[in-house]
Amino acid sequence: MKKYTNTGSKDTRSGFGDGLTELGKTNPNVVALCADLTGSLKMGDFEKNHPERFFQVGIAEANMMGIAAGMTIGGKIPFTGTFANFSTGRVYDQIRQSIAYSDKNVKICASHAGLTLGEDGATHQILEDIGLMKMLPGMTVINTCDYNQTKAATIAIAEHHGPVYLRFGRPKVANFTPEDQTFEIGKAVLLNEGKDVTIIATGHLVWEALQAAEQLEEKGISAEVINIHTIKPLDEAAILASVGKTGCVVTAEEHNFLGGLGESVARTLVLNQPAPQEFVATMDTFGESGTPEQLMEKYGLNAAAIVKASEKVIKRK
Amino acid sequence: MSNTQQLEDFVTQVRRDIVRQVHKVNSGHPGGSLGCAEFISVLYQEVMDRKEGFDMDGKGEDLFFLSNGHISPVFYSVLARSGYFPVEELSTFRLIDSRLQGHPTTHEGLPGVRVASGSLGQGLSVAIGAANTKKLNGDNHLVYSLHGDGELQEGQNWEAIMYAAAKKVDNLIATVDRNHQQIDGCTDDVLPMGNLVQKFEAFGWDVLELENGNNISQVREALKEAKGRTGKGKPVAIIMTTEMGHGVDFMMGSHKWHGVAPNDEQLEKALAQNPETLGDY
Ligand SMILES: Cc1ncc(C[n+]2csc(CCOP(=O)(O)OP(=O)(O)O)c2C)c(N)n1
Ligand SMILES: [Mg+2]
Repeated sequence: MKKYTNTGSKDTRSGFGDGLTELGKTNPNVVALCADLTGSLKMGDFEKNHPERFFQVGIAEANMMGIAAGMTIGGKIPFTGTFANFSTGRVYDQIRQSIAYSDKNVKICASHAGLTLGEDGATHQILEDIGLMKMLPGMTVINTCDYNQTKAATIAIAEHHGPVYLRFGRPKVANFTPEDQTFEIGKAVLLNEGKDVTIIATGHLVWEALQAAEQLEEKGISAEVINIHTIKPLDEAAILASVGKTGCVVTAEEHNFLGGLGESVARTLVLNQPAPQEFVATMDTFGESGTPEQLMEKYGLNAAAIVKASEKVIKRK
Repeated sequence: MSNTQQLEDFVTQVRRDIVRQVHKVNSGHPGGSLGCAEFISVLYQEVMDRKEGFDMDGKGEDLFFLSNGHISPVFYSVLARSGYFPVEELSTFRLIDSRLQGHPTTHEGLPGVRVASGSLGQGLSVAIGAANTKKLNGDNHLVYSLHGDGELQEGQNWEAIMYAAAKKVDNLIATVDRNHQQIDGCTDDVLPMGNLVQKFEAFGWDVLELENGNNISQVREALKEAKGRTGKGKPVAIIMTTEMGHGVDFMMGSHKWHGVAPNDEQLEKALAQNPETLGDY
């Protein structure tokens, strides 16, 4: 099994903040908007370096989305920053009409997604945002796995014309993808080749998938691991090629199994080459307060859960 | 409770509960909680007409909605010490499998909570709805609500403010915690909101100014006055000036303590300034 090392745990939101800092230097059209969460979103450097291109809108996310849509008219590239809940559910129709339907070049950057937001609890832990966003025609949906990838994705989406939802998180997690990677929207990353089962993971679950693959190897099971950072458009060719080889799949995501990555993978398989699939995801439930680790354990979103799901799906082949 | 000393002791204990809760889990929101300790204590201990026990419908009693749900530590402390659930349960704040979620919810069935809050800007609409239902039920009890000042930047509030006046929801007393602070700084630096008294008045509300929301007698007076103004065709607002972090000297008046927990040493200092009165949980 290919070895991946954690070069030092960092939060993905810092990857966003540092990517934005970089964009501030290289792309004069990039503007940033924030709704009273500058520190949490790590947008402080951009604000300091480019006060004229930073817009503090106050606690008013719907207004922020509308202003961002308007700023694209005339060529600016707005990056909005707030928590994932307030980036999606809170402002769904503003995104739907003024951004997605109107094809505006807004980058919706969403931190504190999923259970790993931790102690703030269920009111803030959105587990439905991938579904909400992927259902919007023309919306690109990205969920990055570590600091390096989030930074690369932040820089890459500025070059892509069209609305993008970029999802990342709060806690410090393993940083293991290359620092100098080029981020290709819509292109799956094959992390480990295997033959018995395909594990397709996104976001914080990618590192867990690698841990799971190691544990499976010790049990004599060879797992292929794919990092799907882009949920829409989905790299169907990569999925079909891998599952064509292994004959079964486990999808893993910090999201409800209704509406998430797993459903997109299932649809792809059903239409092309049906295969057994197990879902590592939350099972149509809200979250709760707790530490990120406790919650990922309780809701079955860690390496152990992926190992179990893999063993189960192999038996269903 | 009518004795001022008793109420002061109650508030001091609530302050201890607030800092102890957030310290234990190293997360949560002490600043706004401390600033609203007098208000929520006076409301539950003296002003609201409450039944024994708790049921969701709350018929035949006054209701309270906390819209700025992040100040859950003060809400939980006052609820527990007003008999809604065991005071010992405060030790489970923000822990896994607890009823005391980071932000108040109904999901785990915590007595005293009637709607989830935490995502800001939604509580006034809910309070208005509950006030409408009171009228439909012929129940002439009142509905109280509390809102952050930064929270008023959410547009939904202004839809609700317009509605409540237009529809003469005059069994409602909405209080704004005017501490001039929010996460990123002073409200005047983040997004100045101008004169809130004039704004509510322009929307058709009857507005009272509470100069010092950290003074028990002033809170009492204001609530008494507000109650007297209900039933006269207009919703009633109290613009209550408070100090974020009040009662813990190093937390006072700064947005920095909006959502940061004290460390061990800071906890000791905070507790020394608020000696145990009713007994720690
Ligand atoms: C819809 C929404 N947007 C953003 C947040 C994040 N947030 C939590 S508290 C807060 C600041 C609230 O300011 P204020 O109402 O003045 O409360 P105070 O800081 O004075 O306690 C923000 C932005 C949220 N909880 N809900
Ligand atoms: Mg405030």
